[in-house]
Amino acid sequence: MNSGLIELQKLCRIFEVGDERVHALRDVDLHIGAGEYLSLMGPSGSGKSTLLNILGLLDRPSSGTYLLNGRDTAAMNQAQLARYRGDTIGFVFQFFQLVPRLTAFENVELPLMLAGEPVAARREKVTHALTVAGLSDRMRHRPSQLSGGQRQRVAIARATVTRPRLLLADEPTGNLDSASGRGVIEILESLNQDGMTVIVVTHDPDVDQRATRRLRMVDGRIDTDTGASS
Amino acid sequence: MRWMDLARFSLAAISRARVRSLLLIGTVAIGSAAMVVLTAVGDSAKDYVVEQFAVLGSQLVMVFPGKSETAGGALNASFGGTVRPLTLDDAAALTRHHQVIAVAPVVMGAAGVQYAGLEREAPVLGGTPELLQIRRWKLAAGQFSTDADWDKATPVCVVGDKLARELFGSGQVVGQWLRIGDSRFRVAGVFAAGGRSLGMDLEDLVLIPVADALRLFDTESLFQILLEVADREDLAAVERFALATLRERHRGEEDVTVVTQDALLGSFDQLFNALNAGVLVIAGVSLAVAGVLIMNVMLIAVSQRTAEIGLLKAIGATGPLIARVFFAEAILLSAAGALLGLLLAQLLCFSVRTFWYPELAAAPGWAMLTAAGVAMTTGMISGLIPARRAARLEPLAALGQH
Ligand SMILES: Nc1ncnc2c1ncn2[C@@H]1O[C@H](COP(=O)(O)OP(=O)(O)OP(=O)(O)O)[C@@H](O)[C@H]1O
Ligand SMILES: [Mg+2]
Repeated sequence: MNSGLIELQKLCRIFEVGDERVHALRDVDLHIGAGEYLSLMGPSGSGKSTLLNILGLLDRPSSGTYLLNGRDTAAMNQAQLARYRGDTIGFVFQFFQLVPRLTAFENVELPLMLAGEPVAARREKVTHALTVAGLSDRMRHRPSQLSGGQRQRVAIARATVTRPRLLLADEPTGNLDSASGRGVIEILESLNQDGMTVIVVTHDPDVDQRATRRLRMVDGRIDTDTGASS
Repeated sequence: MRWMDLARFSLAAISRARVRSLLLIGTVAIGSAAMVVLTAVGDSAKDYVVEQFAVLGSQLVMVFPGKSETAGGALNASFGGTVRPLTLDDAAALTRHHQVIAVAPVVMGAAGVQYAGLEREAPVLGGTPELLQIRRWKLAAGQFSTDADWDKATPVCVVGDKLARELFGSGQVVGQWLRIGDSRFRVAGVFAAGGRSLGMDLEDLVLIPVADALRLFDTESLFQILLEVADREDLAAVERFALATLRERHRGEEDVTVVTQDALLGSFDQLFNALNAGVLVIAGVSLAVAGVLIMNVMLIAVSQRTAEIGLLKAIGATGPLIARVFFAEAILLSAAGALLGLLLAQLLCFSVRTFWYPELAAAPGWAMLTAAGVAMTTGMISGLIPARRAARLEPLAALGQH
């Protein structure tokens, strides 16, 4: 078995709420190679976000293993997790999560700034990421001065400015009208064509149809997988 | 994260929460300004008193007529005339101690001083050349030459420079004759300008021989006798000697008050140390209040910016880095407060100096350093808890994704 970008084995996530135990993920096995374009569908509460958060190292599994790039994530300490979140993974949230007091440029600059990159190198990368996102003329705008679609594109630029290998998007079009949604998806696809692995959680069948590999989750399990790579 | 970025990021956050930040900076500023200004005022008061006494030297014993029960009421003991006078002979008797360098009998009063139709009311001091020596008074011109015999009147006087100018204008002073009360005196000398001690302005004063003063004020009692002692160690011995000698001369009655310079200065020192401690307590309390405020404000900031913290963590910030971000804010806020406080203090001191009390001491460097240091430390300590709380937030929970 070749080690792809992501390797999940018997992955479980159990939430304990009071006396109740919620099995959000049950024995998920999944192999994702570099450069894939996946969509993740499924009814509400089926565990899509939970899975994506674990893949993005924002949450940890209750049991099972998650190998990222061949490395066991369970063995990583807080600082290592933070570094992976900073340079290997880009995360796009349903509600954008932009810092309101910062301009589009500054929001996109954040990951580079946190990583301590020099100012000059930052400027080039940020400008490039914003241009790819089609926002070269909106760099000095604050989030409140941008439309929903533009905000989500700022968020994508921020997630991709570090050139991560893995881009995770949790319902990135969930709050957008279909036209802006399409724009956002097109950007994700162009990034995928540049070699980035893209995983999109969605409720939109149109978005789902465009992915090269489609997963369907039901009740914490992967129900169907159109292109399980060997 | 780079230092410059950290500073810029924190400053942006601070300037967003304008009211909150200003409130906080203001509180810190008032605390540190209070500390500096109060210290300056305390120091000035102390300077004033010390300066007054320093002129005398510290080896001084003062004898006043009348016995007081409490040291504080010593100086008004001459009420009612039942007090036995302190005479020139008493003063002479006090010279007979090998540790006493000089003895100066002093008479004090006020009289009209006339010259060529001009008249002024001026304080008149009766004394001897020893008085100039003991009190370190300098003459700008002439000298105070009296008869070696204290009982002999000599019609000479020394005048203050301001009084001299008022009476004689810019003309020759030494050698002129003027009238004090009913008698004529030759001006033998002029006090050097700027002299001042124990609340007496030399510039307005007239000094005449002690015998003339006793006659002028028609009294046999001296106002006080000053003794200068060779060695500070012997102050107590001389004090005992003075008491014993005068008791003997006054038929066994202890009817004088003897005060040493040291004792006076000592009680002032105590007073000022208490004052300084009070100042520090006041400043400390106001800075503690500022600290609590900083902590509260920072905790509010952390809870208001929970989503931002979650986001920063999701895009690669470690816990310690988040802590640094909030810590930097607390430091910047308290530094701004401290700086503003120091400026405020300077401004206050400047206005006091300009409009009210020109001799106000400059705020001492240690007070400024301490005030700034305490403000900064308070800020840091109060920023610590909010920063740690921010650092511990779980990225997902903070983002509110669920
Ligand atoms: N922090 C949590 N605490 C308790 N239970 C949770 C938590 N997060 C998720 N769950 C539960 O785990 C299950 C899966 O949730 P998840 O958010 O992954 O669903 P989802 O597929 O993303 O749904 P949606 O399409 O509505 O976003 C749900 O039953 C949910 O209630
Ligand atoms: Mg979800």
